[in-house]
Amino acid sequence: MSSDVRFTDFKSDKQPTWCPGCGDFGTMNGMMKALANTGNDPDNTFVVAGIGCSGKIGTYMHSYALHGVHGRALPVGIGVKSANPDLEVMVSGGDGDGYSIGAGHFVHAVRRNMDMTYVVMDNRIYGLTKGQFSPTSREDFETATSPDGPKQEPVNPKALAMAAGGSFVAQSFSSDAQRHAELVQQAIEHDGFGYVNVYSPCVTFNDVDTYDYFRDTIVDLDETDHDSNDRDAALEKISDDDTEYMGVLYQDDESVPYNERHDLDSNMADIPDGAPEDATDLVREFY
Amino acid sequence: MPDDLNWAIGGEAGDGINSTGKIFAQALSRAGRHVFTSKDFASRIRGGYTAYKVRSSTAQVESVVDRLDILIALTQRTVEENMDELHEGSIIIYDGERTMMEDFEAPEGMIDLPVPLKSLAEDAGGAIMQNIVALGAACEVANFPIENLDEALEKRFGNKGQSIVENNKEAARLGEEHVQEEYDRDDFGYDVETTDSDYVLLNGDEAIGMGAIAAGCRFYSGYPITPATDVMEYLKGKIERYGGHVMQAEDELSAINMALGAARAGARSMTATSGPGIDLMAETFGLVATSETPLVICDVMRSGPSTGMPTKQEQGDLDMLLYGGHGEIPRFVVSATTVAECFHKTVEAFNLAEKYQTPVYLVADLALSVTEQTYEPEEFDMDAVEVDRGKLVEESDIDTWLNDKDQFQPHFPAADGVSPRTLPGTSGGAHMTTGLEHDELGRRTEDTDVRIEQVDKRNQKVRTAQEEEEWDYREFGDEDADTLVVSWGSNEGAMREAIGFLEEADVSVRFLSVPYLFPRPDLSEEFEEAEEVIVVECNATGQFADVLEHDTLTRVKRINKYNGVQFKADELAERITEKLDTPQEVPT
Repeated sequence: MSSDVRFTDFKSDKQPTWCPGCGDFGTMNGMMKALANTGNDPDNTFVVAGIGCSGKIGTYMHSYALHGVHGRALPVGIGVKSANPDLEVMVSGGDGDGYSIGAGHFVHAVRRNMDMTYVVMDNRIYGLTKGQFSPTSREDFETATSPDGPKQEPVNPKALAMAAGGSFVAQSFSSDAQRHAELVQQAIEHDGFGYVNVYSPCVTFNDVDTYDYFRDTIVDLDETDHDSNDRDAALEKISDDDTEYMGVLYQDDESVPYNERHDLDSNMADIPDGAPEDATDLVREFY
Repeated sequence: MPDDLNWAIGGEAGDGINSTGKIFAQALSRAGRHVFTSKDFASRIRGGYTAYKVRSSTAQVESVVDRLDILIALTQRTVEENMDELHEGSIIIYDGERTMMEDFEAPEGMIDLPVPLKSLAEDAGGAIMQNIVALGAACEVANFPIENLDEALEKRFGNKGQSIVENNKEAARLGEEHVQEEYDRDDFGYDVETTDSDYVLLNGDEAIGMGAIAAGCRFYSGYPITPATDVMEYLKGKIERYGGHVMQAEDELSAINMALGAARAGARSMTATSGPGIDLMAETFGLVATSETPLVICDVMRSGPSTGMPTKQEQGDLDMLLYGGHGEIPRFVVSATTVAECFHKTVEAFNLAEKYQTPVYLVADLALSVTEQTYEPEEFDMDAVEVDRGKLVEESDIDTWLNDKDQFQPHFPAADGVSPRTLPGTSGGAHMTTGLEHDELGRRTEDTDVRIEQVDKRNQKVRTAQEEEEWDYREFGDEDADTLVVSWGSNEGAMREAIGFLEEADVSVRFLSVPYLFPRPDLSEEFEEAEEVIVVECNATGQFADVLEHDTLTRVKRINKYNGVQFKADELAERITEKLDTPQEVPT
């Protein structure tokens, strides 16, 4: 790790194909800043993404990266971190990727509590497939596949994370660049699974959950008396349907990540040229 | 009486059938006898018929036969289930005092041997040891020194305390004494020989696990599924000694993606599953191939389709392994043919995966995975294990593989199809990769020329491997015989023994056991030399026969078995003669 890494070192020379004004620009910039601020460099960083607009992030960033299949980014990140705990592992996905097809993996990644970071670009719509409702869409949100609204409750992903025993649950807003980068940085620094849901507006297909909507309604937890170590207080904020919050909702400072509990501290890439020296013992065990 | 001894214990699941069988198998193995075991079990935790069979000889045994010499029957059903394998002189040991057997009378020609199993077990310290009493009785009947059981009992019960071990030894001796006192040894005629050899006894799943560790596998992720779970259970508690980890995933989709992540981080990585899990993994299988990630995916086949018969034998996944997945996916499909080959082919699978940066399906079947078999320990020669990590680029060489903008090219279209590879942490080697079609930098493209270049490059890896590696078969029998028999997977053992039965009927065959399913050896010449070709496999449609017909443009005869039970040597010999133009009677 070098101390003179700038956030632009995490930028690739590929121009994003996100729509002009897309929230994902801000989300990605904040991720790059947070990585640089925490002393990481592209060669020790592994970024995993799934499918959708959010999935393109690996192309626009410069690091070791894998762009996988829909909804399965978290298990890939868990495998990377297990095999080489020296790597900074950051997984990014969208609300469809993480809370619909990948919802099972999300819950289990949270409870596994691997020391890694998960940033979800939540725009409450399917953008890349051109405007269908997503798991976080409001129940009356009209889209191509929900002309009268989905008529079902949106997923509350932060509540899901809390229910699964989340050790770091935060909410961010891509447009508030400074605050967003701070929150991702805190998630990286957290010993355990750092989860940040980012309101990352879709300017093309979502005319309800817009920049203006979030700017007008969002409440910064830093400007309240919220104690992020207080689980009950966090649950209360998370279940408040009338307010959008920004900040660290919950953090368990005592949490011990999976990799520590399982003594995953060696780089599994380092193996001998042949069988391990005492491998004959494995045969003897069958006597 | 032949030296060959066929023994079985049967009862209800939960009766301790498996551990009793294993204790006897281990005792025979430690006494220098070869052992081949098979299990008949149902997909339930308690109740239902279950049996553990042990075939033992001073010579290597490769399969089961339709014959039982000594049967320990804990239930009436055990006798019924095995009736067709019992013969004149077979001995049936059972508890004469138990209600369910009180009216039992051994069929004519078989020797009725009631032993008060439960009462004697209680005398030794608990009814639970009734199986061990029976084992002691069986030792006496077979004239197998009972001291041979002691070590196996220590191994099985040692962690429960010495008094438990002693009670079990006592139970065995009470069984032995009862037979000595009540029966005349001369009536039995069994006299098993012991030798000075020390063999190891293991099953296919264990051999795969051991092969994985030997080959440097350090990350395993899987989801429990019969009959592949033993691979995970073997590795758990062992792989950690070498700095590795077993991750029980939430499902098979997660399992293969975790394994993929670990592989991209540089670990030799594996997942194992059975048919239903392979279906779930198919989605990511394509990603593994297009991202050019070395990964070993083990399929221990069972009866399908859907959930099929989870505890029964079948070789029905071949088409899925060869063709499964959308789009065209370069791959290797390597299949073990014996328990020992489970070890060797696992080592080979890891080398193929890393040399060619391609997913490898490592294939076994239920019969291999649950069969415990004895081998000379030298069969698993750890010194012979070689690790070939392929084109791994060190930091010092990174400049060679950068473009004029200093970008590393993970999908550089090398002539042999294999690109350089950097592991995360390598300075200057940072790159991305994706399941989308991509250019040499790993970035998405829809450029028609690049698409062709990358598809060709990935497929070239298989062609390169075809030229550089041996895609051979294992050959047995008479190489000049007119009849050629071909099989894959666990049928090798039964077929090797069938050759002996056939010889007794003056039928000579040439037998090829093919471990490489893709790429596979070109058998055109072998087929041309033969007058008749018979393909043997445990499925209904003859999937392997189909591909061989396609390869060689030759019609073959087929022997298929799909009732859930593996081939037996004598049965196979008979079925082969039925396929011949002049069928022969096989003496067994």
